[in-house]
Amino acid sequence: MDQHTLWITAGIAGILVFASVVGACLKFLLARGAPHPVIDNLNARVKAWWMMVIVIGLALFAGKTGVIVLFAFVSLMALREYITIAPTRRGDHWALVLSFFVVLPFQYGLIWIEWYGMYSIFIPVYAFLVLPILASIPGDTRDFLQRSATIQWGLMVSVFCISHVPALLTLGIPGYEGRNAFLIVFLILVVQLSDVLQYVWGKLLGRTKIAPELSPSKTVEGFVGGVASAVAIGTALYWMTPFSIGEAALVSLAITLMGFLGGLVMSAIKRDRGVKDWGAMIEGHGGMLDRLDSVCFSAPIFFHIVRYWWTP
Amino acid sequence: MSLLTDSIAGLLTSFTRIVTGAKARWIGCAPADIQRIYFGNHSSHADFMLIWASLPAPLRAKTRPVAGADYWEKGRIRQFIIHRVLRGVLVERGRADGSADPIDTMAAALEAGDSLILFPEGTRNTTDEILLPFKSGLYRLALRRPDVEMVPVWMDNLRRVLPKGEPVPVPLLCSVSFGAPLRVGQGEEKDAFLARARQALLDLAGLARSG
Repeated sequence: MDQHTLWITAGIAGILVFASVVGACLKFLLARGAPHPVIDNLNARVKAWWMMVIVIGLALFAGKTGVIVLFAFVSLMALREYITIAPTRRGDHWALVLSFFVVLPFQYGLIWIEWYGMYSIFIPVYAFLVLPILASIPGDTRDFLQRSATIQWGLMVSVFCISHVPALLTLGIPGYEGRNAFLIVFLILVVQLSDVLQYVWGKLLGRTKIAPELSPSKTVEGFVGGVASAVAIGTALYWMTPFSIGEAALVSLAITLMGFLGGLVMSAIKRDRGVKDWGAMIEGHGGMLDRLDSVCFSAPIFFHIVRYWWTP
Repeated sequence: MSLLTDSIAGLLTSFTRIVTGAKARWIGCAPADIQRIYFGNHSSHADFMLIWASLPAPLRAKTRPVAGADYWEKGRIRQFIIHRVLRGVLVERGRADGSADPIDTMAAALEAGDSLILFPEGTRNTTDEILLPFKSGLYRLALRRPDVEMVPVWMDNLRRVLPKGEPVPVPLLCSVSFGAPLRVGQGEEKDAFLARARQALLDLAGLARSG
């Protein structure tokens, strides 16, 4: 294990140990061991974070194949949650079969063979054209535009966007060879910490709702505090990236803003469909998409920023 | 049951749970070891597998699905699965003269102490209607055994997982909700009871959707 890997592993483990100790203290001192919805949810979340960190860590150590298999599974779960609450009709059955069993594995296969020219257009060009064709064959025209767009958007968010996380491994950055896994750690750490810190700042200082129609829990104070502190952390982590200190700050700002806006968009979809959470897969967090909504929106932007400015 | 049929039953149960992602939600009653008639909405061939797989193992061993003989008696694999693995109660639909009355067949299974899974719509619902009108079977069975409680079971999304006539399922998340048990009232008329049972299932659908 090289020194940087050691630092970041120790850092993340330190944060989680700290969160676990705080959670245990709250449980025994404040709640005195009795059931307490907020503290129990906090502890469930911390426990789920341990699991997620361990799973992502193992995948990163397993290398490219491990990371691709993990995120293909993540995409499968995300697409499953999305289509479950999306309004589709019987005529969409073959479009859905194709999305799950052909488009999803094919996209990750393209990333595995590192064919950038194809994996960056396969879903928005080929899948987006073929899916409505399949949906039109049964002849059911009711809500056709809405149904087509629904499935396309599901693939966009759950498969295309998420697949840009493992795609970071395929970027050839001069002087950064063999270290691309740190880009994944950087992206997930900064974006997820931004979510957590927005929640913490919002709980501490939150007064002014920022988007009451979309997400009643998000506040201006939480947004500013969370993004600012996540950018500070991202800047401090510049040593694990190909960025300079100033570049690390700008990149962190871009991905935390995209993450925040992604959270708003995914909330709008949940509101429209009348559900509170996407699923119940990750205890305390809700579903896969509840945890990953911000990563979905930041991953492709992060990928293209790095690709445009840092690869020849 | 033999080791072979036990392991096939275990495999089918795990397969159903993985494909449907279903978690049982006991909204109106607890999964207790008492004799019951589970009645659900019917939209796919996998319906009774899903209810069956949602029951805890000890209850599953004492619960038999009611299924159509016309479908399940065709071919040796289907026969093996329905008779040996699932211990199904097969009834004749649209029966000719001389075959057994389905109510007699179901009542006999209840006499033996088993619980039943049945679909009072009588056939799979492939329409846009949320729930078809109930056939009279549920009422006749209730009159025969008024002591057995009837539990409504609402299954959401299964029709989208495997629409009628499609060979490939889509792995969407389903939900299975168990409602409050009901019994036929003293002197309750057929139409009143069937309407009450159907409404109980529709109410459960509303509860299931609102989370």
